[in-house]
Amino acid sequence: MMTTTKHAIAVSVNDQPGVLQRVSGLFGRRGFNIESITVGQSEEEGLSRMVIVTEGDDQTLEQIEKQLYKLIDVIKVVNLSSKPMVSRELALIKVKAEPAERPEIKSLADTFRASVVDIGTKNMMIQVVGDTEKINAMLELLKPYGIQELSRTGVTAMTRGNA
Amino acid sequence: MKTESQEIKSTEQLREKWMKPEVITGSEVLLRSLLLEGVECVFGYPGGAVLYIYDALYGFSDFHHLLTRHEQGAIHAADGYARASGKVGVCIATSGPGATNLVTGIATAYMDSVPLVVITGNVNQQLIGTDAFQEADITGITMPITKHSYLVRDVKDLARIIHEAFHIANTGRKGPVLIDIPKDVSAAATLFEPEKTMKLRGYNPTIAPNRLQLDKVAAAIKEAERPVILAGGGVVYSGGHEELLDFAEKTEIPVTTTLLGLGGFPSGNRLWMGMPGMHGTYTANNAIQQSDLLICIGARFDDRVTGKLDGFAPKAKIIHIDIDPAEIGKNVHADIPVVGDVKTVLEQLNKLVARAEQADAWRDQVQQWKADKPFKYKDSNDGLKPQWVIEMLNRTTQGAAIVTTDVGQHQMWAAQYYKFNHPRSWITSGGLGTMGFGFPSAIGAQMAHPDRLVISINGDGGMQMCSQELAICAINKIPVKIVVINNQVLGMVRQWQELIYENRYSHIDLSGSPDFVKLAEAYGVKGLRATNKEDAEAVWREAMETPGPVLVEFVVNKNENVYPMVTQGSTIDQMLMGDCE
Repeated sequence: MMTTTKHAIAVSVNDQPGVLQRVSGLFGRRGFNIESITVGQSEEEGLSRMVIVTEGDDQTLEQIEKQLYKLIDVIKVVNLSSKPMVSRELALIKVKAEPAERPEIKSLADTFRASVVDIGTKNMMIQVVGDTEKINAMLELLKPYGIQELSRTGVTAMTRGNA
Repeated sequence: MKTESQEIKSTEQLREKWMKPEVITGSEVLLRSLLLEGVECVFGYPGGAVLYIYDALYGFSDFHHLLTRHEQGAIHAADGYARASGKVGVCIATSGPGATNLVTGIATAYMDSVPLVVITGNVNQQLIGTDAFQEADITGITMPITKHSYLVRDVKDLARIIHEAFHIANTGRKGPVLIDIPKDVSAAATLFEPEKTMKLRGYNPTIAPNRLQLDKVAAAIKEAERPVILAGGGVVYSGGHEELLDFAEKTEIPVTTTLLGLGGFPSGNRLWMGMPGMHGTYTANNAIQQSDLLICIGARFDDRVTGKLDGFAPKAKIIHIDIDPAEIGKNVHADIPVVGDVKTVLEQLNKLVARAEQADAWRDQVQQWKADKPFKYKDSNDGLKPQWVIEMLNRTTQGAAIVTTDVGQHQMWAAQYYKFNHPRSWITSGGLGTMGFGFPSAIGAQMAHPDRLVISINGDGGMQMCSQELAICAINKIPVKIVVINNQVLGMVRQWQELIYENRYSHIDLSGSPDFVKLAEAYGVKGLRATNKEDAEAVWREAMETPGPVLVEFVVNKNENVYPMVTQGSTIDQMLMGDCE
């Protein structure tokens, strides 16, 4: 049995209409899992970079890479998880906060280097940036206060140094 | 073959005329570009969104346009043309229902790696997304079944897109490419300059193999005691049939050819073992299962070939040669993967390999199996057996015809009993298994080879799925010999219901189908029928001697099964032998 692990894959694609559909459709019809997907400009004009977090054994990963390369609009596929990398995600968390609880929540946010970006009469909005584990930990700590709304960007990532 | 339209001039003559830069409409850009890509024949059906294109086709005679009676007929014909000729098949349909009628044909071509350029019209760009009349998101619908697709947004891109589409369709692992042209784009004017460059950064198929891998292949052959070559459609598509013959002769390794590989290796050759898989030969299936080296060349380990995957070729080291790296390791782990064009790989390999010295006992074993377990059926002089009909077709044509089939029992009998010796002579829907493919694909094959005998073998089920194309055969005098093997039943479904669903025959009765002879005659095609051997020989002779299209119906026994058969979930050496016992 091969073990299933999480991987972040960076896919450079032509910035063409429909390219996200081509990539996500491929994952869908081949039964590959998508945990998160982010898309945006890359350093090169005309190219976008997608970062896809997926789960699978080595054989599945190999198939994902090969199948992606079959798409004409895919220029390069890099399995970031096979190299030292930085991965980041941003979350906006709206947490219930009576005025009396505000300092406590603020200090929690500070320890995570998260920031309070909005304060309502009965809630606060926290912005946290970090890897997935850090955001999960932040959420865990905020849960007792009551999370009213959560929005996460999904992971974007890059290899370190010259790798 | 005589057609009504004018004599087509050579593309070379026309090239000069069309190369001149000029301000023309998108529709004219399309026609000129097709011509410059060497297109001789397109299959199509007009409609609202392609009116400008058809207007440009008015009086245009530099390539044939064949008006089918259904868009599905058009795309299967384009597919048959491509498979028979090795060139790109082209079809045109309008937006909405015209485009969606192509979907089955696109999927058929995609599964069997057939190069097509599919042109669809779409509504005006400002109407796209408004659920306009006859609007369908055909690029979205066909994304999973095309190699690539384009929605043309600017007429300035059209020439480049068409040039790219032909390149993508007919290189690497071949496949269908769709170009969706909104009506305003086909109407808009632009300065046409022939596209000569190709800038496709994300597309660069590997043609030449890695030399180190070839050395490993040669070494593995040297050591092998029970080697087998499993050759597929890639041999035919790459034009590597001579190299395969050379490879097999040099190494003296027995060869099995998949359904799509038939014709890629001469059936008369002593090394040929027939087809493997669900309805394959005893020899091929046992050879694969007992082999210690399986050399898979341009095949993709389809489930109809492998049977139960985790018991497939259990003792074999696997060499997998394919142009598509994604096929390697997809279903079966490859010990020695070789990515490259089959013809190129074999050319290089043939310089490195020698006779497999350790395999003499194995060669004897294979010959023994071939002698002991050929395909067999219980013939009868009372009525007609379908297998006998195919044998008769084979005998009277010396295996030299181009044969197209539909899908089902007749397809398997044709694969078993027609003995192919030339590539691109066997045209069948293998991957998708598309009923309705057999007859229109023959029209395309005949357009590609006007002087060859083209036989289209159909069942009574599939014949009724595209029978409307009898019209274009009659009108254009396309001399396809249409065979209908009529057992009044959906035979392959009947076989499964008999063997696996305990004789619960559910909705398979096709009695009450039209009189096929009268149906042919209604379209102006000669119709003939036989119900016994004597008549069968006579009407077939008459069909062959008749110029133009002829439909011949052979009425056969309905209870005949295709054997051997590997049922689902079994390994391929677990065969029901039936009459082959």
